[in-house]
Amino acid sequence: MTHAPAQPLRWNTYAAPSRFYPMAGKWIPWFWAAAALLGAAGLWTGFAIAPTDFQQGDAYRIIFIHVPAAWMSMVIYLVMAFWAVWGWMLNARMASMYARALAPTGAMFTFVALWTGALWGKPTWGTWWVWDARLTSEFILLLLYGGYIALTEAIDDPRRAANAGALLALVGAVNIPIIYFSVKWWNTLHQGSTINMGAAPKMASTMLTAMLLMTFCFWAYAFAVVFTRARAIVLEQESDTEWVRALGAGQDQ
Amino acid sequence: MSNAFVAVVQRDLRLAGRRRIEALLPLGFFVVASGLFPIGVSPEPQTLQTIAPGVVWVCALLAAMLSVTQMFTSDHQDGSLEQMLLAPQPLILLALGKVAAHWITSGLPLVVAAPLIGVMFDMNADAIGMMVLTLLMGTPILSLLGAVGGALTLGLRSGAALVFLLVLPLTIPALIFGTGAVGAINGGQSAQAHLSLLGALLIVTLLGAPLATAAALRISMD
Repeated sequence: MTHAPAQPLRWNTYAAPSRFYPMAGKWIPWFWAAAALLGAAGLWTGFAIAPTDFQQGDAYRIIFIHVPAAWMSMVIYLVMAFWAVWGWMLNARMASMYARALAPTGAMFTFVALWTGALWGKPTWGTWWVWDARLTSEFILLLLYGGYIALTEAIDDPRRAANAGALLALVGAVNIPIIYFSVKWWNTLHQGSTINMGAAPKMASTMLTAMLLMTFCFWAYAFAVVFTRARAIVLEQESDTEWVRALGAGQDQ
Repeated sequence: MSNAFVAVVQRDLRLAGRRRIEALLPLGFFVVASGLFPIGVSPEPQTLQTIAPGVVWVCALLAAMLSVTQMFTSDHQDGSLEQMLLAPQPLILLALGKVAAHWITSGLPLVVAAPLIGVMFDMNADAIGMMVLTLLMGTPILSLLGAVGGALTLGLRSGAALVFLLVLPLTIPALIFGTGAVGAINGGQSAQAHLSLLGALLIVTLLGAPLATAAALRISMD
């Protein structure tokens, strides 16, 4: 296939979809491998080695999935907003495509965080759901992801979709602190202090290790999935370019 | 420069005046929707008093979202929106004019009708007064944020439904402080803190949303 001519690596080298595509393709298997290894190590540490919690029994072990997923859900929204705005301001197509590729993964992690939180809440709090400040703001984050995905999917023109999505993500990112603090305040005013998640006993170091391993596993997984999705988006949006046609003309990969 | 603002407001008000029933539809929705709650939940005065501020506020949110898609649609269809983008006057000012006209035609009627709903929900006079005050401060926020959604979804097939998903999560802080103020009055506390925060929210939205609306219009008309 016809590559762009070799040239020294610059900060924007992979901003060209034609160079991003093979680079991402090379990295994806490595990210999968890292995700599998880290995940196996993290789950082993979390479910077999880490001690049973004095108060919560074994139910607490869901946090090895829950907490990293919640971290990822927030980080990915910010990264998504960053790349979307970057693509909008600098007219960089690859950044916009990357932002769109990030959204479903971020929404998935938000959902996983909510779901595992409910699974943990039932035995520990005795209820699937409370309108606690964190739960409510995580729920609102899921709505923001949903809005971004719905808007970008509803617009046919890729450039308008990317820019409109960028504006929405930016407005959402600006609003996240406002929403978080208003929800927190609403919660304390309406219900008195509910269950405080910050009051958990000090964490054993194996628990921290497991949690960090799972976090890195989720990072690797996110890279693998987002690169795969970004490659698909590149092919879709660049389908009329020479190099994509050359790809389709016969060579595998 | 403010002439352009006044001109846009006057034009939109005149257009709304020519189609009065259409302009009053959000108000009709507001009354119908909030009238369903006593039937659906419970006609007991105690329950009604508790849910009243939330019901009125949520119905106001939905009514506002219902009408924001219309804010730019007809201008988009007859080409006058394009002229506004080309006009020498700053687009932010024109967007602000559209928002003001939208608020006068759809937000203000809700504020006026709210005491009526309050009476039907057996609220006391203090609470009704506070609710009207919070709606007076809160409905402009809804129009401002709704304008961003309306501009982003301009000309889309599913625009009307999308606006709900895009804008409603952003209106949650206004909902919290608006209903919180009424709740504080009902609980015998001062509503000062809620009102201050709602006012701050209004100022921040007033500064930021027209900017975003103008940017969204440029994106959509690109």
